[in-house]
Amino acid sequence: MEVTEGWYLVLGALLFIIGGIGLLLRRNPLVMLMCVELMLNGVNLTFVAFSRILGDVAGQTVVFFVLVVAAAEVVVGLGIVVAIVRRSPGATADDLSVMKG
Amino acid sequence: MIDLIVFLVAAAICLVGAVGVVVARNPVHSALMLVMTLFGIAVHFVAQEAHFLAAVQVIVYAGAIVVMFLFVIMLLGVDVHTKLDLGGLKGQRVAAAAFGVVGLGVLVFLMTRVEDGITSQPAGTPIDPNTPDINQLAHSLFDQYVFAFELTSVLLIIAVIGAVILSRKPRPELEESQGGES
Repeated sequence: MEVTEGWYLVLGALLFIIGGIGLLLRRNPLVMLMCVELMLNGVNLTFVAFSRILGDVAGQTVVFFVLVVAAAEVVVGLGIVVAIVRRSPGATADDLSVMKG
Repeated sequence: MIDLIVFLVAAAICLVGAVGVVVARNPVHSALMLVMTLFGIAVHFVAQEAHFLAAVQVIVYAGAIVVMFLFVIMLLGVDVHTKLDLGGLKGQRVAAAAFGVVGLGVLVFLMTRVEDGITSQPAGTPIDPNTPDINQLAHSLFDQYVFAFELTSVLLIIAVIGAVILSRKPRPELEESQGGES
């Protein structure tokens, strides 16, 4: 058997699905952020696979921007998590429902 | 043949790591499983001749982002005895199951329907197999997408300022004294 590019697309989709399931299931905000990273990495793998399929280097460039957005997202997300947990220790994502007006 | 072995091993590493992130009870274990997945993806990048991206993946993701996760976990303190608390909000488990089923369904549907591959022509800079990928990436990034590149710097500055403001401890006595003076 030969490894075709479609296999990478399938793996990227699987990573995206696992990350999405984890994002919906887990309540620890840190683990939820990690699941978002999983989803982004699935997308990155898909971009690189398409870059190879289409013979277009732009797909690899987009991965750069995804990296930057992921870094910014993690910085702000962890800042929010630290601010929340400092206020109420042991808080989960569900406890934020007290913010509902 | 070696391609197949590399793909299968790296894919197994990726998937085991991804499932580990979701099911690990201890957040530290989740972070380490995330490193495992990121390394697997870096191997896939190498297999697809995106060598520079593989290096960036290891340096930025496994080196910086996961370390930041671990730093925050240690800062907040790890509660080892936490249960695998799943789906507190009503309907969240149902939503997760629905997401998984629909996603897998779409995936299987696409796998069965798309047989002859993707045939459309590229619109951007075609890959030249003779020049290194880092050169081509640089040309693409600084020629074609330079505006988006500049915008990412704005995004990063905003993120840094936001993180500083979010994580700054309020000092009420200082603010009160300043308010009294003014």
